[in-house]
Amino acid sequence: MASTSSHTAASYGVTHDDHHHHEPGFFQKYIFSTDHKVIGIQYGLSSLAFLFFGFLLMMAMRWQLAYPGKAIPVFGALFEKVLGTDMAQGGVMQADLYNSFGAMHGTIMVFLAIVPLAFGAFGNYVTPLQIGAPDMAFPRLNMASFHLYFLGGVVMLGSFFIPGGAAKSGWTSYSPLATLADPVNVIDGQTLWLVGMVLLITSSLLGAVNFITTIIQLRARGMTWMRLPFFVWAQFVTAFLLLLAFPPLEAAGLMQLADNVLGTSFFLPTGLVTSAGQVPVSGGGSPLLWQHLFWFLAHPEVYVLILPAMGVVSEIIANNTRKPLWGYKSMVYAAMSIGFLSFIVWAHHMYLTGMGTKVATFFQTTTMMISIPSVIILTALFISLWGGSIRFNTPMLFAVSFLPMFGIGGLTGLPLGFNASDIYLHDSYYVIGHFHYVVAPGTIFGLFAGIYYWFPKMTGRYMSETLGKIHFWGSLLGMNLVFTPMFIQGMKGMSRRMSDGGATYFGADDIALTLNKSITHAAVLLAVFQLPFIYNFFASIRNGRKAESDNPWGATTLDWATPTPPPHGNFLTEPVVYHGPYEYSAPGAKQGFVAQDRKS
Amino acid sequence: MEIPYTYKPRPDTGLYNAKVGIWLFLASEIMLFGALFSSYILLRVTSPAGEWPMVEKAWPHGLLNIPIGTFNTAVLITSSVTVVLAWAALKMNQFGKFRIYMVITLLCAFGFLGIKSFEYNEKFTHYELRLKNGQVHTGHIEVNGKHAGFWDFGSIYNLERLGKEQVKEISFTADPAKPKPGEKHAEGASHEHKKMTVKVEEISKLDAFILRNHTFFAIYFVVTALHGLHVLGGALVLGYFAFPGAKFWKKNPEQFTNRIEVAGLFWHFVDLVWIFLFPVVYLL
Repeated sequence: MASTSSHTAASYGVTHDDHHHHEPGFFQKYIFSTDHKVIGIQYGLSSLAFLFFGFLLMMAMRWQLAYPGKAIPVFGALFEKVLGTDMAQGGVMQADLYNSFGAMHGTIMVFLAIVPLAFGAFGNYVTPLQIGAPDMAFPRLNMASFHLYFLGGVVMLGSFFIPGGAAKSGWTSYSPLATLADPVNVIDGQTLWLVGMVLLITSSLLGAVNFITTIIQLRARGMTWMRLPFFVWAQFVTAFLLLLAFPPLEAAGLMQLADNVLGTSFFLPTGLVTSAGQVPVSGGGSPLLWQHLFWFLAHPEVYVLILPAMGVVSEIIANNTRKPLWGYKSMVYAAMSIGFLSFIVWAHHMYLTGMGTKVATFFQTTTMMISIPSVIILTALFISLWGGSIRFNTPMLFAVSFLPMFGIGGLTGLPLGFNASDIYLHDSYYVIGHFHYVVAPGTIFGLFAGIYYWFPKMTGRYMSETLGKIHFWGSLLGMNLVFTPMFIQGMKGMSRRMSDGGATYFGADDIALTLNKSITHAAVLLAVFQLPFIYNFFASIRNGRKAESDNPWGATTLDWATPTPPPHGNFLTEPVVYHGPYEYSAPGAKQGFVAQDRKS
Repeated sequence: MEIPYTYKPRPDTGLYNAKVGIWLFLASEIMLFGALFSSYILLRVTSPAGEWPMVEKAWPHGLLNIPIGTFNTAVLITSSVTVVLAWAALKMNQFGKFRIYMVITLLCAFGFLGIKSFEYNEKFTHYELRLKNGQVHTGHIEVNGKHAGFWDFGSIYNLERLGKEQVKEISFTADPAKPKPGEKHAEGASHEHKKMTVKVEEISKLDAFILRNHTFFAIYFVVTALHGLHVLGGALVLGYFAFPGAKFWKKNPEQFTNRIEVAGLFWHFVDLVWIFLFPVVYLL
């Protein structure tokens, strides 16, 4: 990147020397950098690596679901060698390994892949650029945030290799199972999971403080609240969710850590009995307390996953329809309502715990209410397409397909929000299908769109359109073939946590088993279609088609008013904002749009 | 471009960056301690009866040292006042006074931690003894003629450890019986500490007042230890600004004063948590 930087900076008649910067060494530049763009790229590359790793865990699980008891091809021998015969005897996935892969797939995807990619990578790189700031408000905190995230990731990955293996009580880590799952080792996978989570929570806490302060304090002159691009609003609300929802899980994590290591009974009830007899603890704790504290984070977390993707998609849709976003203000207010409501819906994950009807009614009502702002945002984006002469480039394809995919994910959530239907569907494959539609073809498509869209700003080169389109169509097909059958499996009553895909439970009715096979084949298809993306991503850094200008998409927002890639300090002169974020197709405008920083 | 508003307030918000940052951080801290307080309430109201037989209620009461807790509250409040005075001294350009007030604040902080560790040690050496005949006592133990100091034993005795070390009997000094409220001391009732010898085979449970003994101690130690870590962290930051970091005063007095203000805000928060903690855990 250094080479392209000097090239474009020179085209502005400015070189690095004019800034009186001495060239920093490798470690200072790429490891201990305080520049928001470098940190954004650090987040981006690590989270993409985790995304790939989490995907591989899932592929191993899918093999076991489709062909229970058969040795995993290629990786089976590796698992046996590295993780021990207890975990993968003869290359066959044992139940313990399935459970730990399941727990770690969820944990890695949510906390180490998607949130860091959506919030850490895009948020860090784009937010300061879009508000016209030279950097984040606290650059060193920003660096610390990334390092804590990385350390948390190392702890999580390391937990696979300790005696007893990684955490295996699901990404929800329900007590008392989480405490009792490994009675032999005191420092077990669950303990490391909790340590890793405390690191990740601290990281996202520092990030959230930094983002909110930056957006409040560092907006350029003239950048009023209603001139902020929707992406910034989405990051702003996300940061508040992380700030306020994560600490209760940190508290719960500390208590479960005490349960695991110090022998307390925060979440262990009196008279707890396992197959080994009475559990020797004082008792008096409450397993439900864990669920409340966990879901108090984990429901807002869903909106942490989806809001940044909505922000990315809005930018790309406005840009490629060449029209202002329809209902920008309602979208902003909807995002705020989502932020507020997401704090009072958490117990809809707990209908099956036997809460009273009054409590269930309350959470059912708030859950239905929160679907309204989500629908407002989605509808506004759909209407934005209306009458536009749309440019269907790769970012736009991903962004447009986000709408129906997230739509399916959202609408299939309604039966889970209702108490009565949820009791039947709870913990079934229907739930898996629902939230994967939200997160995989939803959020991940939004993030892919963002990668293709901002790649020319980060590197000065486009990613290949042809490979991008192959990636898009293959992924769209693969995603739907993977997740649609799960609704059918779930409605037929297939439980989500069976390590053999129901082979020992189903007998008479084999539709679930047949679908297990077809889903696995579709997952392989999906994997194959990610290869063009991986190649495209790395090859385009050096060999991609050069971007014609600093603003190749003809965008209005300030991120495109910087040199490519933006130098340290971002802007060559202090930007001043005169216009709203999406003045496309403005009458009388020269290029058909008015950039935010254009005078008059 | 340099990052703006690092110490000058932004005109439309009236705040400099760090002040926004610390208030946001404190908001998240409120959620952290709020979750622990909520857990305390839930654990207390759902506590099964008959688990802690020292009182009629299920939740232990009167086991914490209220005079010492009160004293510690006063120590923390004093430090909260002196940290404001330190900041005010900087505002009035009196660096000497600033340092004196900072030293008093630091003495209070470490005084608080010292007193807290004394309290912790008191709990680590205080035992609950249940006999198989149903009797329950609290008091101090001696094993092999050694007094029951946590530091002397290296760890805390329980039935399992007694068995491992093949101890046959321990001597036990029960706490003096407390008069029930409204009831006068019975004539001739002993106020002396009664020392008795207990055979290990008669014991059904022996454990100190530590986390694993009861959820009351679990939540008490977790909350106060987390608060203690906040005190320690705050004290380290204030100590840095009082001595090595004070050089910055000459370079940029306004920004240095801001730093003290921000650190002071955190210090007030730590104080405020204790002001809630003390009545909830010690008194109620």
